[in-house]
Amino acid sequence: MKSISRVTRKFIYALLFLAPTSVFSEASDYNMPVGVTEVSKEIFDLHMLIMWICVWIGVVVFGIMFYSLFKYRKSTGAKASKIDDHFWLEITWTVAATLILVGMAIPSTTVMIKAYDDREGDINIMVTGYQWKWQYKYLEDDISFFSNLSTSQEQIDNDIPKGEFYLSEVDEPLVIPINKRIRFLITGNDVIHSWWVPDFAVKQDAVPGFINTAWTNVPKPGIYRGACTELCGIKHAFMPVVVRAVEQEEYDAWVVEKIALAEAERLLNEKVWTKAELVERGEGVYLKNCVACHQTNGQGLPPVFPALVGSEIVMRDKTRNIEILMEGVRGAAMQSFANQLSEVDMASVITYTRQSWSNGKNGDGEIIIPQEIVDYKNKVDL
Amino acid sequence: MSTIVETHDDHGHHGPAKGLTRWLYTTNHKDIGTLYLWFSFLMLFIGGAMAMVIRAELFEPGLQIVQPEFFNQMTTNHGLIMVFGVIMPAFVGLANWMIPMQIGAPDMALPRLNNLSFWLLPMAFGILISTLFMPAGGPNFGWTFYAPLSTTYAPDTVTFFIFSVHVMGASSILGSINIITTILNMRAPGMTLMKMPLFVWSWLITAYLLIAVMPVLAGTVTMMLMDIHFGTSFFDAAGGGDPVLFQHIFWFFGHPEVYIMILPAFGIVSHIIETFSRKPIFGYSSMVYALTSIAVLSFVVWAHHMFTVGMPLAGELFFMYSTMLIAIPTGVKVFNWVATMFRGSISFETPMLFAIAFVSLFTIGGFSGLMLAIVPADFQYHDTYFVVAHFHYVLVPGSLFGIIAGVYYWLPKWTGNMYDETLGKLHFWLSFFSVNLTFFPMHFVGLAGMPRRYPDYALQFADFNAIVSVGAFIFGFTQLLLLFIVIKSIRTGKKASDEVWEDTKDWGLEWTLDSPPPYHSFTVQPEVK
Ligand code: HEC
Ligand SMILES: [Cu+2]
Repeated sequence: MKSISRVTRKFIYALLFLAPTSVFSEASDYNMPVGVTEVSKEIFDLHMLIMWICVWIGVVVFGIMFYSLFKYRKSTGAKASKIDDHFWLEITWTVAATLILVGMAIPSTTVMIKAYDDREGDINIMVTGYQWKWQYKYLEDDISFFSNLSTSQEQIDNDIPKGEFYLSEVDEPLVIPINKRIRFLITGNDVIHSWWVPDFAVKQDAVPGFINTAWTNVPKPGIYRGACTELCGIKHAFMPVVVRAVEQEEYDAWVVEKIALAEAERLLNEKVWTKAELVERGEGVYLKNCVACHQTNGQGLPPVFPALVGSEIVMRDKTRNIEILMEGVRGAAMQSFANQLSEVDMASVITYTRQSWSNGKNGDGEIIIPQEIVDYKNKVDL
Repeated sequence: MSTIVETHDDHGHHGPAKGLTRWLYTTNHKDIGTLYLWFSFLMLFIGGAMAMVIRAELFEPGLQIVQPEFFNQMTTNHGLIMVFGVIMPAFVGLANWMIPMQIGAPDMALPRLNNLSFWLLPMAFGILISTLFMPAGGPNFGWTFYAPLSTTYAPDTVTFFIFSVHVMGASSILGSINIITTILNMRAPGMTLMKMPLFVWSWLITAYLLIAVMPVLAGTVTMMLMDIHFGTSFFDAAGGGDPVLFQHIFWFFGHPEVYIMILPAFGIVSHIIETFSRKPIFGYSSMVYALTSIAVLSFVVWAHHMFTVGMPLAGELFFMYSTMLIAIPTGVKVFNWVATMFRGSISFETPMLFAIAFVSLFTIGGFSGLMLAIVPADFQYHDTYFVVAHFHYVLVPGSLFGIIAGVYYWLPKWTGNMYDETLGKLHFWLSFFSVNLTFFPMHFVGLAGMPRRYPDYALQFADFNAIVSVGAFIFGFTQLLLLFIVIKSIRTGKKASDEVWEDTKDWGLEWTLDSPPPYHSFTVQPEVK
């Protein structure tokens, strides 16, 4: 726990923040972030404007109220007047309220029109929400990868101290160049998620079957952290968004490297794999993609998430095993991993589950090689 | 028909039956009102216990007390219970007690229906709460149960949830029919619509809202049922359905529902402010018009809950403007309350303290609501703790304080005994302090970026979450004091006069009855001039 004095200090600051004479109206970690983009700054200004208007209305209304409560106390012998209506007063405050609202609506509309702009971007990125990770697909460059929470389970379970970016760090952030118009095409794969980066003031729901758009243009290199903001199941709090904005040259180099890596991955399909290699690779894939539901020990969380240990399918039914991983189980949380895993990763994770725990000993012990996945894909395509 | 009337008359001479059957078979508006209020009180502690679990988990970052799966069940059931099991039944309980007494009627118009509408509720909540003990766990998809999380991806118990929502809806619709019938047909001679007490007005409008939107809710959950069990794809994109459709239908119900949970409180608070300012409510007719326009507008603002769902620009702007419009009648109400206090002769008994807190804190909730209506800013607020702060401000120091104020105000009338004023004031100050300690910092946590419905959070939110949790525990335990005060007033206490407060005969017919009132309120209709 933080020291108490820090807590109280923050709290007092926070109260001041709503007081009419603020000592600060700029950025702070208990106000909306100003952000880095033009839109986020305008939204911040709008937020402050509306808030101050509300504060001042509050000061006037509560002022009159507390004045009345104090001045007309019965204990001081106040006598009640009998006035119970005043036509023009009613009209006046109705009109006044309307005018204030019009005053708020005008700047809001201006900012809204600016924020809402679905023209093509210099770079178009498809963002897909999965239970519980984000997929980023660069439409121009044929790059695609998943971004998973990288905070360890031990930190979450309080077994080891928490790192600085606890729950807001990922294995592979989204990378974008600065000063380019980036358009996001946002959708969901299973349930609804919502992709939010406060510093860009971009929040869009990721709805299955729909493609929403949002855009940004980041002027400053940096790492920007956000979150999933639509309840999407058990790990809703564990699928953060991290964006790395870099200079154009760095971005170009990153793209080249990504493409080369993908190519190397494809070549792996042709390699001859041994069982040990597959299991080793599969363990990594399993830890990254499957433990959320089936747990590290393969026991799952029955009845919702079945155990893989002792599963007939995993032990003896190779065809069905591949099919489940490739197609998912309709109507259940077991989704298709066909787009998420490369052929090699798919083959190795299936092999891993078939060889690990007691499954290797009790099952048929067969392995699956990448070519079988390639064959499966070709067969389905026909 | 005639036999029914005879038995009823007969029963009238005997007063209430004895023992359990009195409550099981009762058709008396006061008994049923009492049942509603106790039911709501019980649910307040159950829903409150769930809030305590949530706040205990969120006291520190990390997972220490519950796992996310159970946490989600807690947030979902906390919301469902507080909305459908606490606030709504409490208002219906107050309506049952007070409407016949305020309009000079002997009882509600449809007493047997009244019995049914109450007894449906324990059934509905029995089903809902029992799911928490089933192997698949209770509903875990939030009280707004967005599809497909609540359909394709829901635990099997969702079917029980759907059934329970149907039963709750039936109870509300039957209750509303009864209230409307009573108000329209059983007013004392001379009580024209524009002479009705504001609480009666607020309930008349609320009841119409309920009849309008409860079937929509029933439709939503039926579509879910079809998707889950009968192979339709209303909300399933893979089958050509539309998950966003769910949200449109849900909020078409949900937004009027929000006003259903506040309008009766407006009525209660108006009575209390006039009583303790010793001055008639300022602008009665503008209050009625404001109530009506809030109700009408509530049908055209639903998509302000969905600004980030991907609407066309014109849609976003339309719902922003319509939402801002609601601030006008709401503002008018607040101005009228303040104008009623102005040049009054004010005393500060517990009901008045709660009413003043209602006016100020509900207004704060209104301000944050106005901020949330501003679409571009809402992109930053949406689904963060800022929203949680907003709706808790309107529902806890708003609706709940309104209910508590009403209970203190009418309790001496119901029991014939004054409650303990010192304890009442203590209850108020503890509640007032802790409610703000709980919900005010949530604004900052939200602005700083903490999303709602998170069982665990990044380190920068830790300080405020600790404060919020402390406030929540104080608030939770403080409500045990209310239980004690109510029981004490039922058993003992200074005898209350018929008027209970000063010169209340001017403020309503209920004060012309004995304290406690006779079993059948007005057997002879009073004349209203
Ligand atoms: C989001 C949760 C989730 C994740 C992540 C997940 N699964 Fe599953 N898995 C399920 C559920 C739920 C089922 C049961 C489906 C059903 O109703 O038959 C299942 C079933 C299975 C089965 C069939 C078991 C049987 O005996 O029927 C296999 C094999 C399997 N998963 C493997 C995997 C592998 C390998 C991964 C990682 C690449 C994985 N799952 C990731 C939820 C998940
Ligand atoms: Cu999500």
